[in-house]
Amino acid sequence: MTEQNFIIESKDVHLYYGKKEALKGVSLDFMPKEITALIGPSGCGKSTYLRTLNRMNDLIPDVTVTGTIKLNGKDIYSPKMDTVALRKEVGMVFQQPNPFPFSIYDNVAYGLNISGMKDKQKMDEIVEKSLRRAAVWDDVKDKLNKSALSLSGGQQQRVCIARVLAVEPEVILLDEPTSALDPISSAKIESMLVELKERYTIVIVTHNMQQASRISDKTAFFLQGDLIEMGQTRKIFTNPKEQATEDYISGRFG
Amino acid sequence: MQSSIEERLTKKSKKAKLETFGKSLSFICIAFIVLVVISILYFVASKGIATFTQNGVSIGSFLGGTDWNPSGKGADGQPLVGALPMITGSFLVTFLSAIVATPFAIGAAVFMTEISPKMGKKILQPVIELLVGIPSVVYGFIGLTVVVPAVRNVFGGSGFGILAGTFVLFVMILPTVTSMTIDALNTVPRHYREASLALGATRWQTVYKVVLRSAIPGILTAVVFGMARAFGEALAVQMVIGNAALMPGNLVSPASTLTSILTMGMGNTVMGSLQNNVLWSLALILLVMSLVFNIMTRLIGKKGAMK
Repeated sequence: MTEQNFIIESKDVHLYYGKKEALKGVSLDFMPKEITALIGPSGCGKSTYLRTLNRMNDLIPDVTVTGTIKLNGKDIYSPKMDTVALRKEVGMVFQQPNPFPFSIYDNVAYGLNISGMKDKQKMDEIVEKSLRRAAVWDDVKDKLNKSALSLSGGQQQRVCIARVLAVEPEVILLDEPTSALDPISSAKIESMLVELKERYTIVIVTHNMQQASRISDKTAFFLQGDLIEMGQTRKIFTNPKEQATEDYISGRFG
Repeated sequence: MQSSIEERLTKKSKKAKLETFGKSLSFICIAFIVLVVISILYFVASKGIATFTQNGVSIGSFLGGTDWNPSGKGADGQPLVGALPMITGSFLVTFLSAIVATPFAIGAAVFMTEISPKMGKKILQPVIELLVGIPSVVYGFIGLTVVVPAVRNVFGGSGFGILAGTFVLFVMILPTVTSMTIDALNTVPRHYREASLALGATRWQTVYKVVLRSAIPGILTAVVFGMARAFGEALAVQMVIGNAALMPGNLVSPASTLTSILTMGMGNTVMGSLQNNVLWSLALILLVMSLVFNIMTRLIGKKGAMK
């Protein structure tokens, strides 16, 4: 094994909701500037694992996390870790498009606004750049001051992605970002993600195996809180090591 | 056999009869309520307008006049029924108490929904409900024995006046405004908070820039509701405001509100006389204002829903 520069390294991550063990010792590393897909049946812990990466599980009462997760070598669960700073590095896009009930501009500028940016011109630039990267600029450039809730679901989701891009995170976590969208919107988001890979590390949870095989470099298969197998997407989909992976991928369950 | 099916289908079944009965019962109830509201509106309006139609008082001198002495007559032979002092008094105590109560209500609501929901539900919610349930005469009594002397000692004057009324009303509307603000904050979807935190916002930034901003329509509704309550409150205000029908020159001199003059005067007039009619006119103003507050909350709600 050669020394590799993982951006995120997680070792033996256990997560408990109260007494119930939802993650049973997951060890998973991520390479920078790659798309990693997390797949598995409902309730297998893939979304839960994703949310440990920017400590969103902290918001749920009675959650305990053990094990270590390192971002660029720094333990994000150490008491000294500033979750606010962490979440600026590790952005998140949710399953349901969740723009704020503000204008499109204010939505994308929100992250800049909270970090205290005052320079209006620079803000305009970043907002435009982020919306372009999220492939939604042409749809919204004439109505930046309209409420983001007036957009279609697919446009809303891309605005939400632009909102994350504006903060310039290193890692973007996506929790089934297209499961609530129509196929055309999903396709737009997929091709956009492939372009974003040049700049960002992307971890995506998806129920859609075709989606995982289309866009991801690596795929990790979860089952009942365990990581079953992780490897090159092509290998996982054509020649998996584990029987469970093959059964799931060939549609025998899940 | 055929005839029995036909019979069964065409005859009203027992269930259908029950359905009709239930429908007519609820219709009768709602018709009764509507009837009561309409007759109250009609009664108050017809009595209130009599001041202008039967007694020949001009609307301008009623709404704009500053001399209130319905049993006397002015130099021009017209009765002295200027209601402006009471109108001013009512609006002053209403707005001042709302201005004082709103920041407290928002602060308390933020604490109870965002900072410590557990303690909020266990301890603060019952406290607020208790505050709502205290009869207004008790508030007035406390105001009379505590607030009035305090105002007298700190600000001078007799202690009776707009300021004392404001303090009492502040305490009275605070629970209403607070619990409605809590409802408004609770309706802000959880995913707004998550989105904000996931973007690296602090909790305070999330509350301030997302939760409160999204809840503005609801908070405004809460404030207007509080104002409606303050505007219509009679007993407690009457006990501390001094009840002098004079234009309030400052906040610590005795003044009066529409409600306080109404409760003071209503036992001492004869039905059908000018003195009585003009009280109905005051009541009409109160009614119209509560209608205005009602419409305001509806408009705010609609605007919020459209967003």
